[in-house]
Amino acid sequence: MTVPDAHIVSQTAPVAAALPALAIGHVSHSYGPRRALIDVDFSVAPASFTALLGLNGAGKSTLFSLVTRLFGIQTGQISIFGHDISRAPGEALRLLGVVFQPRTLDLDLSLTQNLLYHAALHGISRREARLRSAEVLDRIKLSDRAGSKVRDLSGGQMRRLEIARALLHRPRLLLLDEATVGLDVKARADILDHVRQLVTEQGIGVLWATHLFDEIKPSDDLVVLHQGKVLAKGPVSRVMAEAGAQDVNTTFMRLTGAATIGGTPA
Amino acid sequence: MSVTTASEARRGFSFSEYITCLNGIVWREALRFLHQRERFVSALVRPLVWLFIFAAGFRQVLGISIIPPYETYILYEVYIAPGLMAMIQLFNGMQSSLSMVYDREMGNMRTLLVSPLPRGYLLFCKLLAGTAVSLLQVYAFLLIAWFWDIAPPTIGYLTVLPALILSGLMLGALGMLISSGIKQLENFAGVMNFVIFPMFFASSALYPLWRVQEGSPMLYYVCEFNPFTHAVELIRFALYGQLNLVSLAVVGGCTAVFMIGAIYAYDPSRGLVRRGPGGGET
Repeated sequence: MTVPDAHIVSQTAPVAAALPALAIGHVSHSYGPRRALIDVDFSVAPASFTALLGLNGAGKSTLFSLVTRLFGIQTGQISIFGHDISRAPGEALRLLGVVFQPRTLDLDLSLTQNLLYHAALHGISRREARLRSAEVLDRIKLSDRAGSKVRDLSGGQMRRLEIARALLHRPRLLLLDEATVGLDVKARADILDHVRQLVTEQGIGVLWATHLFDEIKPSDDLVVLHQGKVLAKGPVSRVMAEAGAQDVNTTFMRLTGAATIGGTPA
Repeated sequence: MSVTTASEARRGFSFSEYITCLNGIVWREALRFLHQRERFVSALVRPLVWLFIFAAGFRQVLGISIIPPYETYILYEVYIAPGLMAMIQLFNGMQSSLSMVYDREMGNMRTLLVSPLPRGYLLFCKLLAGTAVSLLQVYAFLLIAWFWDIAPPTIGYLTVLPALILSGLMLGALGMLISSGIKQLENFAGVMNFVIFPMFFASSALYPLWRVQEGSPMLYYVCEFNPFTHAVELIRFALYGQLNLVSLAVVGGCTAVFMIGAIYAYDPSRGLVRRGPGGGET
C-alpha cells in the first residue's frame, strides 16, 4: 500500500516549539454512578505511534468520544496541538482525523460521494475535494471502484477507505479505535503498515486503540488502560522493563492480573 | 515532516467554508432521498390518497363557504391541498429526525459531528437539507395536483416557496427537538402517533376552523394553538399570493423556539452510551 506525498499533509512550516499532538490531562468521566475513566493523563507526540491497550470496556471508546467532542468533558482537559477541545473545538478538530470502531461510511453512497461529503464537512471546495478524492482512492488502490456503492466493498477495503477519508482534510493527529476488528490477518497487517507509514513519512501523530498485543511494536509508545485507569505509559521497552516482562502480553498480564488467551486478553 | 503549534492553526472559518459545508449536507440528503425511491413514492402516495379518495368522498359532505384567501366557492380538494402540502412537510420533518436517530445509532452521525464547524451550524444545515427534500416532494405533489384541476395562480407556485421553507424548518426543528429526547430508534414509533396524528387532525388542514368551532369550541382553541394550523394557513395564503401575518408570526416564532431548543438539547451521546460495554461504547 502506498502513502500520500509528504507535501499534501504539510500545511505548516516547521517551528521550534512543538506541542503534543494530543494531551489528555487528568480526565475523568462517569455514566451515572459508573466511572468509565478515572484521572486519565497521557500525551501523544507528533510523528509517533502510540498504542492504547485495554480490554473491552476499559474506557477506550469513551476516551475517543471525549477527544472527538461527541461527549462533553466532565473533569480534566484535552487539547490537540495546544487547542483546548472544549474552548476551541473548531481549531482542534481541524487537526484531527478519526476512524471510529463502528463503520461510519454511508453504505448507499459511492466511494467518491462519501469522500466528497467528508470534504464538504471540512469546508473543502468541491473542485479541491475531487482532486483529493482521486488522489486518496488511487493511493489505496480503489480508483477503479470510485463509483461503486460502499456496501459492495470488503471489510478491509471499507477500513482503508475510512482511513483515507480521515486523512482527506490533512490532519496532524489520527485516532483509530480498534480499526482492525473483524478483518483477516492480511487486511490487518496492510492497515497497520499503512498507518505506520503515515507516522514515519508524514509526521502524523497516531493514537491506535487496540486489545490485540501483536499489533504493538517495541518501538511504539504504549498506554495501558484498565478499568478506566492508566496503569502504565511510555515507550514499550520501558513499560516492559518496569513490569519485569519480556513481551507485551506478559506485561499486560502482570499489570492487570488478567488472564490471556493467545494474543488477545480475555 | 512538519510541526504544528497552537498559534499556527487557522482560526475560524470563512464564509465559503460555511457555504461548502451547507451544500455538502444538502447534497448528501438529496442523494440519500433519491436513492430511496420507495421513500419518494410513499411520500407522494400519502397525500394523493387523501386527495383522490378522501377528498372525493367528502366533497359532498363538507361544504366550504367563501373564506379568505378564496374569493369564490371552492371544491373540497382545493381546500385541503395546502393542508396536504403541510402534511408532506410534517411527515418529512419527522422522518428526517428519525434518520438522525438512526444515524446516531448506526454511527453515521459521528461523521457530521466531528466536523470542525460549529455544531449548531451543522444541525441547522441538517434542518435545511431536510426542508430542501420536503420541497422536492411538495412540488411533485403540486404537479400531480395540477392534473387534478387544483391549479392556484401561477405566481402562487413562487410565492408559496418562502412559506414552505419556513414551515419546513419549523416542522424539521420540532422533529429534531423530539428526537433529542429519544434514546433509541424504537421509541420513535410512539412519538409519531402522539405527535403527527394529533397535530394533523387538530388543525385547519382538513376542515376550516369555523366548522370545528361549531362542533367543539374546546377543540377550536386547541386547533388555534396548534402551530401546524398556522403552517397550513401560511401556505394556503401564500399559494394565493397573500400573506397571513398572524400565521407568519406564529410559524416564525415557533421555528426559532424549536430550533434553539433542538440545538441546545441535541446530545450525541444518547444512543452511544445506551449500547454500553457490549456495544463497544465504553
